[in-house]
Amino acid sequence: MKIIKICSIILSTFFVSSFAIASDMKVGFIYIGPPGDHGWNYQHDVGRKAVDDAFGGKVETVFQENVPESADAERVMTQMALSGTDMIFATSFGYMDPVINVAKKFPNVKFEHATGYKTADNVSTYSARFYEGRSVIGHVAGKMTKSNTIGYVASFPIPEVIRGINSAYLAAKAANPNVEFKVIWIFTWYDPAKEADAAKTLIQQGADVIMQHVDSSAIMTVAEEEGVYAFGQASDMSEFGQNAHLTAIINGWAPYYVKRVQQAMDGTWKGGEQTFDGIGAGMVIIGKMSDKIPANVRKEAQAIADGIASGKIHPFTGPVNKQDGSPWLADGEEADIGTLLGMNFYVEGIEGDIPQ
Amino acid sequence: MLKIEPRKNRSNFLEVSAPVIAVILTMIFGGFLFLSMGKNPFEAIKLIFWDPIMSPTFSEYSRPQLVIKAAPLILIALGLSFGFRANIWNIGAEGQYIMGALFSGSIGLALYPLDAWFIFPLMILGGIIGGIFWAMIPAILKIKFNTNEILVSLMLVYVAEQILALASVGFLRNPEGLGFPGSRDLSKYPSASNPELIANSGIHVGVICSFIAVVFLTYFLTYHRLGFQIKLIGQAPKAAKFSGVNVNYIIIFCLGLSGGLAGIAGMFELTGPAGLINIDFNVGYGFTAIIVAFLGRLHPIGILFAGLLMSLTYVGGELAQFMLSIPAAAIQVFQGMLLFFLLSTDLLVSYKVSFNLGTNNSNPKSKSE
Repeated sequence: MKIIKICSIILSTFFVSSFAIASDMKVGFIYIGPPGDHGWNYQHDVGRKAVDDAFGGKVETVFQENVPESADAERVMTQMALSGTDMIFATSFGYMDPVINVAKKFPNVKFEHATGYKTADNVSTYSARFYEGRSVIGHVAGKMTKSNTIGYVASFPIPEVIRGINSAYLAAKAANPNVEFKVIWIFTWYDPAKEADAAKTLIQQGADVIMQHVDSSAIMTVAEEEGVYAFGQASDMSEFGQNAHLTAIINGWAPYYVKRVQQAMDGTWKGGEQTFDGIGAGMVIIGKMSDKIPANVRKEAQAIADGIASGKIHPFTGPVNKQDGSPWLADGEEADIGTLLGMNFYVEGIEGDIPQ
Repeated sequence: MLKIEPRKNRSNFLEVSAPVIAVILTMIFGGFLFLSMGKNPFEAIKLIFWDPIMSPTFSEYSRPQLVIKAAPLILIALGLSFGFRANIWNIGAEGQYIMGALFSGSIGLALYPLDAWFIFPLMILGGIIGGIFWAMIPAILKIKFNTNEILVSLMLVYVAEQILALASVGFLRNPEGLGFPGSRDLSKYPSASNPELIANSGIHVGVICSFIAVVFLTYFLTYHRLGFQIKLIGQAPKAAKFSGVNVNYIIIFCLGLSGGLAGIAGMFELTGPAGLINIDFNVGYGFTAIIVAFLGRLHPIGILFAGLLMSLTYVGGELAQFMLSIPAAAIQVFQGMLLFFLLSTDLLVSYKVSFNLGTNNSNPKSKSE
């Protein structure tokens, strides 16, 4: 009898899924790591779920996690396209060439690539002005450090990361003229062990506030243990460091994802577009600020965030010199988008070299 | 009490059918795993094992992909299997794979944009040399200082990864890449690229090389004196020494062979499917190949099939992941099950398990076993 019961359960699951309701549109997402990383991938998955919620049964979303930035990415996207996916969000920089290759083979599939710079008729890119958020937390860091040493765990020396360091440094320096930055490059986006080691090294060198441009929550855990401060990266990480967590730069992909899927359904979606949104558009969100931050500093940070959102403040406003002392921005001059997107130099005051 | 003892009469039928039984067991238990997650087990199993080969939607694309993904696994596993037979444990094929790619990539990039027929063969040579060079470090240290090759070769993987990162952001970086990490795309440089030889077949020079290596090494293992000596060292090290086998020579040979084959696999991957040197160039072929070597029972022909099967679980596993929203971790559990059942059926072919209740303690002989 038991066997019959089990068989009937198995058979029923078989039939149920065969009668799944057909949706109007299928949207695929590929992630570099697991959505459970509480960081980069988690926020993309939040965006995916927002698409699910916004369109109900009309849009079906699928995703694949842990897709390496290699030939594997090309295969995964090709298989997704073959399975009838109409739109694919590739959510890591290294998917750039695979996206372009697959897009060529499937002209009717719409591709959205995060943080890249190559587009095509059916490929658009999107990225967030994370440096705006870095400016806000840079101010907080400058005010909160007692040793005047801020540690920075950086991933790869690409323009996006260098831009973040410069933006944070300028804001911290404005808040506290004695501040000094120590940067460690670890050449990975996600490696909890390496991130923790780098944070410990920075703390030994006297840093009492740690900033990060890597994805895991390991640095927050170390900061909590060592009694220093840190900031959440991509997501709120306060559960990993109740005392250490000052605030977070949260990636808000949901509004963009919902908008682009809507455009695809309406037939107004276009390839070749490059979106670069910040705090104003809700793509960068400043998380809840900790009670550890004095009220006046919280107010100042909020004012900076509001100013950036409304366009009154630009994090890169002159006078700013390059590290070697040569002038970059004249008094009152704001950085142009081209220099920001290709930024490959430190601003004056940051010590050390960018690995070449 | 449980007792494991060798079978006196080994059944040929069982020996041949063991892998098939293992796959069936994996399907059954894996099916229950998927069922427990609320997924349709039949659909999942079909997506993993059937659709990549037979489905009209996917097979045209995924069949060649199976071959492409299997080729490096087979090449590396072939080399490893010789060492494993002789109790020489090269765990660092991943590092040798990286070094092969770096050496050959450096040659190709140094000659860019020269158009000449000799560049590709030169790069193959570079790949072999790079892999052998990296494998010789544990080999020489083992011979000279009796270090443990498992640790040395494994640690050298991480050294190789650091060099790879350095190359990607430093000396091999694409000067036209806007400062982003990664070298030029070698697959778009005709003299250095490793394209498909027959359109949509997935067959490139590396695939052909891996088939040649299977045939050659089968012959070598069966008929060559060195092949015999390698088997002898593994099964009876003392007997091997008494019979005059030069152990140091075997260490150099086994590590060199596995390093060279891993290096050549890195070269073909770099110039074909991967295209460019980048920080994430290596995706674990060197480690997966260890599993492939054992799945193939350390025999070249077994490894050929094991590589294809492994590749099928990857390609099919990806399909199952996004078609049914199965997490990547569940697919890894499924792959683990396959390995577990293959090894355990293997064990049960050569050994039998007897249950012996109560009287065991009075029998000192069985205790010592």
